[in-house]
Amino acid sequence: MNKEERLIKRYKAEKRFQFYGKAAIFMALLFLVVFITKIFSTGYTAFQKTWLVIPVNYNADLLYLDPDKKPTTEDINDADFYEFGIETFITLDPDASEDQIMELKKMFAFTFERELKYYLLDNPDSFGKTVDVKLTASDDLDQVFKGNYPRDIPENRRRASDYQLKIFDKLNEDGRVISEFNASFFTNADSREAELAGIASSFMGSLFSILVCLSIAFPVALLAAVYLEEFAPKNRFTDFIEVNINNLAAVPSIVFGLLGLGVLLAVFGLPRSTPLVGGITLSLMTLPTIIIAARASLKAVPPSIREAALAMGASKMQTTMHHTVPLALPGTLSGTIIGLAQALGETAPLILIGMVAFVNTIPGTPMDPAASLPVQIYIWAESAERGFVEKVSACIMVLLFFLIFMNLGAQLIRHKFEKKWN
Amino acid sequence: MNSVIFLTIVLLALSSYFFGRKKAILIQSNKRLTALPKFYGYYLAIWCGAPAFLLYALWSIFEPSIVRFFILSDYSSQGLLEGELNLFYEKVKSLSRNQYSGELTAELQRSAEKYLNFRDIAKWSKVVIVLSLLIASTGYAYTKISNNTKTREPVEIFLKGVFFLSSLAAILTTIGIIFSLLFQTIEFFQVIPLFDFVFGMHWYPAKAFVRDASEALDPSMYSDTFGAVPIFAGTFFIALIAMCVAIPIGLLSGIYMAEYASKRLRQYAKPVIEILAGIPTVVYGFFAALTVGPFLKDLGLSLGLEVSAESALAAGGVMGIMIIPFISSLSDDVITSVPQNLRDGSYAMGATKSETIKRVIIPAALPGIVGSILLGVSRAIGETMIVVMASGLAANLTLNPLESTSTITAQIVVILIGDQQFGDPKTQAAFALGLSLFIVTLVLNIVALSVVKKYREKYE
Repeated sequence: MNKEERLIKRYKAEKRFQFYGKAAIFMALLFLVVFITKIFSTGYTAFQKTWLVIPVNYNADLLYLDPDKKPTTEDINDADFYEFGIETFITLDPDASEDQIMELKKMFAFTFERELKYYLLDNPDSFGKTVDVKLTASDDLDQVFKGNYPRDIPENRRRASDYQLKIFDKLNEDGRVISEFNASFFTNADSREAELAGIASSFMGSLFSILVCLSIAFPVALLAAVYLEEFAPKNRFTDFIEVNINNLAAVPSIVFGLLGLGVLLAVFGLPRSTPLVGGITLSLMTLPTIIIAARASLKAVPPSIREAALAMGASKMQTTMHHTVPLALPGTLSGTIIGLAQALGETAPLILIGMVAFVNTIPGTPMDPAASLPVQIYIWAESAERGFVEKVSACIMVLLFFLIFMNLGAQLIRHKFEKKWN
Repeated sequence: MNSVIFLTIVLLALSSYFFGRKKAILIQSNKRLTALPKFYGYYLAIWCGAPAFLLYALWSIFEPSIVRFFILSDYSSQGLLEGELNLFYEKVKSLSRNQYSGELTAELQRSAEKYLNFRDIAKWSKVVIVLSLLIASTGYAYTKISNNTKTREPVEIFLKGVFFLSSLAAILTTIGIIFSLLFQTIEFFQVIPLFDFVFGMHWYPAKAFVRDASEALDPSMYSDTFGAVPIFAGTFFIALIAMCVAIPIGLLSGIYMAEYASKRLRQYAKPVIEILAGIPTVVYGFFAALTVGPFLKDLGLSLGLEVSAESALAAGGVMGIMIIPFISSLSDDVITSVPQNLRDGSYAMGATKSETIKRVIIPAALPGIVGSILLGVSRAIGETMIVVMASGLAANLTLNPLESTSTITAQIVVILIGDQQFGDPKTQAAFALGLSLFIVTLVLNIVALSVVKKYREKYE
């Protein structure tokens, strides 16, 4: 091999190496893109909800009410809307057999009783008349309508039967199947039925956990950072604290779950499954992150600021509280937000302290049992029903929205309020 | 009642701040103050609130166990077991709340009355003692400020003390972790020999289902149940797969970012890659279980391979994606901090850029790169949700990436999800696994951090 050929070979190697580097970055970006598209393409349909609009005859006889008198709220509340609902469904196909009636019923969410009742309560004038009422479609039909269920596979492998599809198509031709924004996804608590499940309870659970976490972690971490940076003598003990904080920052999150279980629940006897315990566990986890951020921003405050204050006769404490800490606050705050964003996405420790329980009420205080958004994702992802897949993706979208929002907030604080010292 | 006492303390402390400040202003009219008036206020408020609050907190913590001691002292001579005493005490408590539905005995009735009585005494004596301490300490502080003593120094010393206590939170957390893990683990090893745990080849915790407490003490039923070798092997295997994905991609992109990338590419691509680190792991788990697992299975079918839907490859691969940004940004930092004169020397000898990187920069940056990889490994070992959702839950001892296997973290979740019974070897096994996880990740972190630190010192 002569010199020239060697040079060509070396240049080729150079090109190859550059290509590998580009390919690696491209791969990493590709993963992200595939990831986001997958989540969005499976999730966006969950923001739509399918309703079936059917004619309902609020006939007094069917409800066993007095036809001559306008029913009071109490009368309506006491009336049997289950039987009434079944009678109404039969009008969709008067020739339906016993089994087919059951299938007709299953085309609707089991809340049809409530929905029929509330319609009458809201529109008392429709008593004795036939009106169009909007009822939540069952999860299976919802998925069929959104095109998530293949219709061309054999009937025994489908959730929706041929009969249901026939009735459904007829309703669809009449324009009686409508799709609207799914508000109940944001206002409902969790449910075993995919078409009714919402994120309200887990959202409140996350909110309470994060608030508890913030109210513990932020003050403790800030004060600890101030002590270590401004007051602590340089000795082996403070070195030990420092090593400790760095190591704590890298402890796997599940270990904090074990800590919560073994100490907060078993020793202190705090209530299981509550955002209170979840928040305390998360605060222990985020503490090192915030301390490290706060120390970095305290370190960035130039000594001249401290010296000027001391020269004016301020005490060490006054110098710190009036000058150093306010200047370090933006950096600390953005570090806190990033720590909280981590805590918001954390699942494993919350599962261990029991925040994985099925909660179908919306928690009102941090002492009520609740799930959190990531745990809700886990619960739904483990559920076999097809309808939950889009719910999981939608819930992920909500979670990612909050995470992006928080991270942008942290960036904003950093750029707007942090002083640059040159 | 408790919140009333708490609020009273807070309100009194707040009002004593204003009171103290006013007093200082009064003093000011004929004497020179030793500090700003607000320090007089702080001084009085601290003396008013702090001792009372401390006593209140300690009292609230110790009251239940003291009451329990007095109630059960009547029965301590009867030689009852700890568990029976606990059960009896629970009955007494529920009876005193009128929620008891079991058999009523004279003993129970008497104890319940005594319990209510004690609780009443405790409650009122708490109010009286806490409030009298509050009045006494406030009075003491008031005479102090009336005599115009120094107030700023004590207030600052108090604040410094509070700061110091906050800095102990990290240590307390570590101690809490170690104790909660160690305590349960020691109990576990009293039933299961350490040797069986570390070298046992079979892991079936579901077999160790205990119906009552007497059964739990029989070690023979746990033989061959808690052998952790398959778990440890699975953990390292999945971490290995993850690193096979993360190291090449992470390292190469880190190198490219540091050496080749234009400023613009760096400015945009770097934060975008770092988004991968900010995505919650449960989302990765869902992605691995829903998309990657079935995709690999179909791919395997078309190639004639048997691939489990919960293969180690799916979990490890997705975990690798998660770790890419850790390795890429750390190695980027490490490479940028290699001094420019090393590069210049290499270029002067006629080396191309890639030759310089391969022969000069990477060897120089090697300790830092190793450190970043170790941190990545520690992440992979401690990662939970991806494995729980995408990998199997049964502990197979296998080296085939297409089969399913389980990890330490996944087993902890499997054991502890739902209701746990403390004192059950199955629950304790989870803590033993947690302790091994803690030790492994701690060692990895300490080694990685010290390597990186040494490296930094070399070039600074």
